[in-house]
Amino acid sequence: MGEDTPILQIKGVTKQFGKLLAVNNVSLDIVDGEFFTIVGPSGSGKTTLLRMLAGLEKPTGGDILLRGNRVNDVSANKRPTCMVFQSLALFNHRTVGQNIEFSQKMKGVPRAERRERAMELMKIVRLPEDYYAKSVTKCSGGERQRVALARALASDPDIMFFDEPLSAIDYQLRKHLEVELKDLHRETGKTFMYITHSLEEAMVMSDRIGIMQAGHLIQVGTPDEIYTQPLNKFVSEFMGEVNTLAVRRSADGKYDCAELSMQLAAPASTDSSETGYLVVRPESMRFLNDPSEADNHVKGSLFNEYGMGSRVQYHVRVGDTMLVVEKLREQAYQGNIDDDVIIGWNVKDSVLVGD
Amino acid sequence: MATTIDKMSPPPLLPQPTALQSFGLWLRQPGFLTATPILIFFLAGFVGPLVIVLGFSFLPERTFGFHGEWTVENYVHILTESYYISFLWSFGLAAATVACCLLISYPVSYGLAKVFGRWAAPIMLLLVIPLFVSENVRLFGWYILLLKGGGIFAGTAKELFGLETGTLLYSNGTTLLGMVYVYLPYTLFPTTLGLSLVPKDQVDAAGDLGANRFQIFREIELPVAMPGILIGSLLTFVLAVGAISEAKVLGGANIVVISHAIQHEFTYAQNWPLGSAISMFAILITGTLVIYVMRRLDLDRLLGRR
Repeated sequence: MGEDTPILQIKGVTKQFGKLLAVNNVSLDIVDGEFFTIVGPSGSGKTTLLRMLAGLEKPTGGDILLRGNRVNDVSANKRPTCMVFQSLALFNHRTVGQNIEFSQKMKGVPRAERRERAMELMKIVRLPEDYYAKSVTKCSGGERQRVALARALASDPDIMFFDEPLSAIDYQLRKHLEVELKDLHRETGKTFMYITHSLEEAMVMSDRIGIMQAGHLIQVGTPDEIYTQPLNKFVSEFMGEVNTLAVRRSADGKYDCAELSMQLAAPASTDSSETGYLVVRPESMRFLNDPSEADNHVKGSLFNEYGMGSRVQYHVRVGDTMLVVEKLREQAYQGNIDDDVIIGWNVKDSVLVGD
Repeated sequence: MATTIDKMSPPPLLPQPTALQSFGLWLRQPGFLTATPILIFFLAGFVGPLVIVLGFSFLPERTFGFHGEWTVENYVHILTESYYISFLWSFGLAAATVACCLLISYPVSYGLAKVFGRWAAPIMLLLVIPLFVSENVRLFGWYILLLKGGGIFAGTAKELFGLETGTLLYSNGTTLLGMVYVYLPYTLFPTTLGLSLVPKDQVDAAGDLGANRFQIFREIELPVAMPGILIGSLLTFVLAVGAISEAKVLGGANIVVISHAIQHEFTYAQNWPLGSAISMFAILITGTLVIYVMRRLDLDRLLGRR
């Protein structure tokens, strides 16, 4: 990367479909060579944003600059970018080889040269050589994924876009392909821009993450920043299972928590508003022998426990609220369902966020 | 404690049914049983007459019952006399009809499948409505339109622009016009179905990979829509080979198409065996073509089962 020259600059980009603002005034710089992931729930506008960057949609406002040149009106086939589609969009009437060679055939590259390049790419994405003449309809899910990757790489794009390509793949293979994709990013040194609705997936692969909600890009940061300093309740809950407690600032600097009917200690917040949410991750929650062992503690009863392989998750009922505690399997809670327990956490392990 | 499961030996193979037993099972399937009434109807109403025609084609000239020596002289007759001209006209006109229908259909189908959106259904309806009117009535509509002097076209041209037009009727061009008009829907609808199978994603992906509009047409749209286009062409071709009214009404019997020749042998010439032989010959050629094309088609994919 060296100096952080932005390869792609997004300036106030907006896309309106009729009355719907799918993408609302998004600005973002993508650094050359980084792995940037946009995360958001379905309907947050992330796919529309990506399609605009790839040239498949035209923005209704704002500018897209590629290496400093405005590309708003450059069509997809003339942009040095390439996209891996959610459906993969493989050409089912063609073989693996023909799919991979497509972009080069369009450019008029001679057959032998195309084939050589295709073979090279198949090696990179770990497809066996004899798949060259195989119909893509006869390939498995993971293999199709690799064909789509190789096909996109074949056009040697400056930026590769990924529109949730792993969303339809089963868990185990997905985990495997996430790692492969990150390795591929390292090997090719290209700029990757990835879209997913799973923050967990984004955490594994990305250099930086952008969170989208209802057309807005609401937070951009490294995975670590997003994890430790979520901007608001939406981001923190998007992260996976967290304990979110609605709190109100009281006169003595502490915070009243109505649902637990108690006062809690909370970290300092940059937000000056009266109300907010105290976010505590399940792995920061501990079972206490004595209330004094943590800054905050609550009493409840153990509702249920869930084995998750290397970890165990517990749901603890406190009044009408269910709090989630997570332990490594080696540090599992030794006790029974319906035990009265005390759980607690330290202030430094919690975050106070706005709405 | 975790328990381990013993590796079990595979179950013994069941005896395989013989070919005859399999056939018996097949006959007793609900699918076959429920299809039986239709099958009987089809055998009696369609295959039966065809067998009779086949039989007649091997009888001597001007026989009206199944007596006399079996002979192939009718087939020799077709090949040695000028009937081949009728075959050439029929197949030539049918091929020209298919070509014209495809040229007109493709853009319209593209619109119906990809562009018109919610207007596609009403437009489709407008295209279907004329089919409710008999083919002959529609052809006579053209006849009135194109008639010399008194025709709507000629009359309008004379009244409004003072133009004297010769007759537009009774030419092979007009015959072709009538055939394209009548058979267009048979090309149009399968082509529309074929084009609606082209996924937008693949078109987008091709564009993203650097293909221009023409390359997308050649590399993606045309091959993916090909089954529909082939079925449409085939349907149109088979129907157009059997066309008779267009050449009679609009072409003024300028040329004798094959169905006209068959009709002539069965009625005016009273030569049933020759008419039968010409029919069988036409069926043979068309059938060969149909089987050849159908073998290259993947109907399951077209109907969306895969």
